[in-house]
Amino acid sequence: MRRFTRDHLTAVLMLLPSLIMLAIFVYGFIGQTVYFSLTDWGRDPAQALAMRPERAFVGFENYARLFSGILESRFRQDLVNLVFFTVFFMVGTLGLGLILAILLDRGVAGEGFFRTVFLYPFALSFVVTGTVWRWMLQPQGGVNLLPTYLGMPQGEFAWLTSRQQIWRFDWNLVPSITALVVAVVLLAVGARAWRGAHRRRGLSFLVVGIALGAWGLAGGPGVELLPFPERRGFNLALIGIIVAAIWQMSGYTMALYLASLRGIPEELREAARVDGASGVQVYRHVVFPLLGPITLSAMIILGHISLKIFDLVWSMTGPDLATTSVPALLMYIRAFRANQFADGAAIAVVLLLLVATVIVPYLWTSLRGEVRR
Amino acid sequence: MRRFLAILIAASLTVAAAAEIEIFSWWAGDEGPALEALIEVFEAKYPGVTVDNATVTGGAGVVAKAVLKTRMLGGNPPDSFQVHIGKELIDTWVIADRMEDLTFLFQEEGWFDVFPADLIDLISTADGIWSVPVNIHRSNVMWFVPAKLEEWGISAPETWADFLAICPAIQANGVTPLALAENWTVSHLWESIALAALGPDDYDRLWTGELAFNDPKSVAAFELMNDVLACTNADAAGLSWQQATDRVVDGEAAFNIMGDWAAGYMFTTLGLEPGTGFGWAPSPGTAGVFMVLSDSFGLPKGAPDRENAINWLRVAGSLEGTDAFNPIKGSISPRTDSDMSKYNAYLQSAAADFASDRQVGSLIHGTTANENFMSSFAQVMEILLDTGNPQAAANAAQALALQTGVGR
Repeated sequence: MRRFTRDHLTAVLMLLPSLIMLAIFVYGFIGQTVYFSLTDWGRDPAQALAMRPERAFVGFENYARLFSGILESRFRQDLVNLVFFTVFFMVGTLGLGLILAILLDRGVAGEGFFRTVFLYPFALSFVVTGTVWRWMLQPQGGVNLLPTYLGMPQGEFAWLTSRQQIWRFDWNLVPSITALVVAVVLLAVGARAWRGAHRRRGLSFLVVGIALGAWGLAGGPGVELLPFPERRGFNLALIGIIVAAIWQMSGYTMALYLASLRGIPEELREAARVDGASGVQVYRHVVFPLLGPITLSAMIILGHISLKIFDLVWSMTGPDLATTSVPALLMYIRAFRANQFADGAAIAVVLLLLVATVIVPYLWTSLRGEVRR
Repeated sequence: MRRFLAILIAASLTVAAAAEIEIFSWWAGDEGPALEALIEVFEAKYPGVTVDNATVTGGAGVVAKAVLKTRMLGGNPPDSFQVHIGKELIDTWVIADRMEDLTFLFQEEGWFDVFPADLIDLISTADGIWSVPVNIHRSNVMWFVPAKLEEWGISAPETWADFLAICPAIQANGVTPLALAENWTVSHLWESIALAALGPDDYDRLWTGELAFNDPKSVAAFELMNDVLACTNADAAGLSWQQATDRVVDGEAAFNIMGDWAAGYMFTTLGLEPGTGFGWAPSPGTAGVFMVLSDSFGLPKGAPDRENAINWLRVAGSLEGTDAFNPIKGSISPRTDSDMSKYNAYLQSAAADFASDRQVGSLIHGTTANENFMSSFAQVMEILLDTGNPQAAANAAQALALQTGVGR
């Protein structure tokens, strides 16, 4: 009995320093940022940078202004940019990483060499990547000159400076779209729980999902963001940034996939081949399902990198080009250039929530899985 | 033990004798040598005091200002820091009660007699004078290469109407009429165009809140801007201001509107001779008006070494200090008694204009509007570039002016 308490004490003492540090430097400052985002810090220039700034509590006013203020259109385009960037970046990085991993896994000569070459970009900082790609994507040089080496006319695409926008939609539809997406996720999770042994939980998911879906399909009654339609869409200038980001990170996902591929027992593939599976079928029915967990991990890692992206965009197109801007850039500019600290804090909290939507479900499922084991 | 203490005391005394002051600025790279010249003058005058030259790189101080703000909020001010005169000084730092009044220094050094009164107004409030200007730059300058203009058979336009008239002919030669760079240079172009379209009186009234940005007169400025943008390069957003200047020097573009640090770049970095290698004129429609911006050093409250910080300011505003700094920086001295023989041909002409011209302030370089408006004005320019709708941009500018309290 005595030994148990001492063990217990040691464990608590060992954990205590890091717990205190985390409590102050992570959760304490998150709390402080949330509080600042609910104040008017910065609106009165006399208080913005005062020794002891007086901050008045204003509730969710800053958030309301960001999502529906006429002057904050840049924030909304930044959010849309971020969503498009994240989707293409994830799909591109996972896809390219998987292809590279499969090619290397097939036992090419000099595998070690290629593995290193593909992995190297990951060792660079985003600032270096950004600077190199900014040069390569200059409209009159770099990538646009490549076709001329093959005797074709020079490329004309304005990689980072294009002002073209496609897939445009009305910002006012965002609540409905979000509701529909969440509803689909809930329905999927609910259906899975229903089919498993958790009928009750499944049912509640399904009911909430259907209600949310119905609200979304009805056009989101009760919520009006803007009194006029505001067109938002995918800026083609983002393509250059997406390319640079994929170039940097696909080597990393390749390494993840390669490790995972090597972990698949050869017996499984052999068994499949004995059963008459073709090469494609082996991948389709044996290898890919086993890559599921590593894909999820990679998505979490890439997801939070992409939602926080700042340095790459800064070094490629600077702080003020609205077509390629993302919320993290705007957060910095609003807080430290315009002295609107409350606005900056509000953008930070929005980013935190976005990252949380990626990470929390993952933590939840993986922690529950561990307990069950 | 006693001996150890004695050593400790001796050591701390030597530390105290070798005082160090921290001067915070964004003058690294091309502008670094000018600051170092000023520091040399200081260290010669005050031996025993060394200067910790704390520069943070990044164009127009975009990063340095952020670092400075976090330091000030954290209660860790440098001994003295670089700040643009005008609203950037007053509406950011003075209004927040972070600066010390320097009226005594202006009296002691006799600066009321050598700094122009208009300039002192820009660094003063009813309660005092808040910084020491070290240089004067001009925002509204048009740059070109005289030999190239001759080759194309054109001359520097005196009005924007003239410019728009020759624009198609220049384009027909396969040359960009006006080289433009990334976003802030668009705002920079706008202030020159607005000055031309409104004239100095109405331009000043924009910043006192007497003239609205969506007044028909101001909308005309945005319309003119829109017309001029049609004569610029499509890849502007990807270029730095130096690259836009390079286009003019290389003959790929005819003109460029940029502050006169461009003269410093062409003279010092590219080695071109003022007058023959590159030529200049007031930006179209602004002859007789000098759009001014200026860097200054102030004394933050709670400076670690107040006494030596004041000595630094003495040197920064002195004849010797400004004349060591400015010829290298490529700017003119704010003092009326400077030795013009130390300055190149461009700077001599700028000094003559500064003495005789009407002065107005620059928006994008901190003089006329608070940092919130200045920073968010980039968004107004994006609206204009994106939609090509002058009325929409003007409306956005007015909404922004109301929200950020321009002229309050």
